Amino acid sequence: MTDSSFKLHPFEGGLRLAANTSISTSTPVGQVPLPARLVVPIHQHIGEPATPLVNPGDHVLKGQRIARAEGFVSVPVHAPSSGTVIEIADHPVPHPSGLSAECIVIDTDGNDECIEHTQDILPYAELDPSHLRNIVRDAGIVGLGGAGFPSFIKMNPGPASHVKMLIVNGAECEPYISCDNMLMRERPDEIIAGIPILLHALQAERCIIGIEDNKPEAIKALTGALELHKNAPIEVVVLPTLYPTGGERQLIYLLTGLEVPSQGLPADIGVVCHNPGTVAAIYRALIMHEPLISRIVTVTGKGVANPGNHEVLIGTPMSDVIKHCGGYADQADRLIMGGPMMGFALSTDAMPVIKTTNCLLVSTPDELPLPKTPLPCIRCGECQTVCPAKLLPQQLYWYAHAQDFDKIQEYDLFDCIECGCCAYVCPSHLPLVHYYRYAKTEIWTRERERIRSDVARERFEFRAERLEHDKQERAERLRNRKKALKEPAARGEDPEKAAIQAALDRVEAKKKQAPRTDSVD
Amino acid sequence: MLVAALTLGILAGLFGLLLGYSAIRFRIENDPVVDRIDSILPQTQCGQCGYPGCRPYAEAIAAGEAEINQCPPGGEAGIQALADLLDREPISLNDEHGTHKDKEVAIIDEKLCIGCTLCIQACPVDAILGAAKQMHTVIEAECTGCELCVEPCPVDCIYMVAVKTDISDWKWPSPDNAPAAGGYSPDLSLTTDTTR
Repeated sequence: MTDSSFKLHPFEGGLRLAANTSISTSTPVGQVPLPARLVVPIHQHIGEPATPLVNPGDHVLKGQRIARAEGFVSVPVHAPSSGTVIEIADHPVPHPSGLSAECIVIDTDGNDECIEHTQDILPYAELDPSHLRNIVRDAGIVGLGGAGFPSFIKMNPGPASHVKMLIVNGAECEPYISCDNMLMRERPDEIIAGIPILLHALQAERCIIGIEDNKPEAIKALTGALELHKNAPIEVVVLPTLYPTGGERQLIYLLTGLEVPSQGLPADIGVVCHNPGTVAAIYRALIMHEPLISRIVTVTGKGVANPGNHEVLIGTPMSDVIKHCGGYADQADRLIMGGPMMGFALSTDAMPVIKTTNCLLVSTPDELPLPKTPLPCIRCGECQTVCPAKLLPQQLYWYAHAQDFDKIQEYDLFDCIECGCCAYVCPSHLPLVHYYRYAKTEIWTRERERIRSDVARERFEFRAERLEHDKQERAERLRNRKKALKEPAARGEDPEKAAIQAALDRVEAKKKQAPRTDSVD
Repeated sequence: MLVAALTLGILAGLFGLLLGYSAIRFRIENDPVVDRIDSILPQTQCGQCGYPGCRPYAEAIAAGEAEINQCPPGGEAGIQALADLLDREPISLNDEHGTHKDKEVAIIDEKLCIGCTLCIQACPVDAILGAAKQMHTVIEAECTGCELCVEPCPVDCIYMVAVKTDISDWKWPSPDNAPAAGGYSPDLSLTTDTTR
């Protein structure tokens, strides 16, 4: 039920932005048809890439595992449809670098034939939480809000933490993106059914679904679905529309008044946050035995003819998705994966939709103008006023600009969530988030290099010791031999004759030990 | 007058003894500055600076015998770090010692290797695996790119290859070096062509 008396704790900063979601929410969620070719990257999540299990020429079925998880922070990858594996090779993948990565390419056969799986309903409430986590991991589920963190890890409170509250993050605060909104409107029962599974896995006491007040249909749908579960410890809480309410730390503070510690995790304060799409995927994995092979993607912006939300198979080329939405409009200028605040532009649409593709925004120049040339910082302080993480963006900018990577960390650079509020308000049009991202990756690279050079130094010093040790051993042996030669001379004998005599003595001794036999056995 | 002179004399003597005792009791074996300089140097052990390794170079800098701009693998970032540590002005890399190159590793062409161990003996960090008349191979993870193994090889079967950046170690470029306003190049090859 909706608790209107729920006490909220507004966070500092944030921006009121035009939602621009009505263009993509006026039609129900569609379905992009099966593409001729699926390009499935093996690394669609935070952590180690998965390892391919199939070879070119193999026939695969829909839902079949085609790459296994590698290490702890990793999830497997599944075939989104049936067909033949053409190749396992590098292809362009959606990433700000524009680099390619290893993908499994499948030519679909059109049959969409599912792999056989059990039809049994799992009594999840009686299962051990670790068993539930393994099922979620084996289904390849990652956070569908955009980060792609393996969800099974966020179902584990850990030995030290006691999780009291599960928060379903239905805020979806970034403009243009509406996939969670449509999911909550059209499939609220999947979300409501997935929550008890998570509550059991986390051994948590209650669940709060937070939704912004500009989504009245979603609020109504979820509240309606909850009518059938009146005794469940689940409530829908309406939040004021403000960017970035959907940021995990901001949402947790808003609902609980507790701050997630700097560089810490929400589990540290007894809270776990999940995206509604992730919750629905967990439901489908546990109850319908479906791995994560498709997701709802918002296709929007003035640059696409028919914006809307569509269920898309993972690995579908983005060009196929846009074609299904009527193709590009006249002024189409940029293709952005994600939203206008935190997304990144892509250089081509010949790229696959991956697990973290929440939105494809095709913008026109008047809709999202290209950033203007930056002017010098005038120290106005507007950036600090809007920062939702209570940081000092101005100081972070100055130290990034000066390449002072020690000082910048003193100002908590790694607590920046890269929401873009500071860059949005900067009167000098400074690309502030770009500076922070540059500083973060530079610091990580230097740390990696420092570890490498420490190892190299150890190996160098060990080698020097080893050579020294060998030299000394040799000198020792030489000394001993010299001494052995000198001894007979000291006794007044000829050292050569003494050596020959010693050798003859040794042969005699051997003969005495083993008498020679003339016969050959 | 005498009392004053005696008092000062005794005090001076006491302090002298205290200082002498401290000099012996709290003596530091190594000059700590050398350790700090060494921790900044990249440990490639290539010898391009003119010294047989990074530690001798660090000692030379500390002794004032070498300049801080003689290390090509450290690059400009290394010179800046040394300048910050020693409170000096950063100067640009001395070209006589070489130029800063992107990370490279050595690779042995196994078809040509004759198993002579000359490269194994040359490698300063023991990054080459092998023995006499056995196949030699470079352990990629330990190779620092110092190139000391390339020359000794009698059949010229070692060459250097650049290490490719992949998504996991890609760095955001600095916006100060960005080509133009906008960051990402706006000329997209937008296409709805799905032909293979």
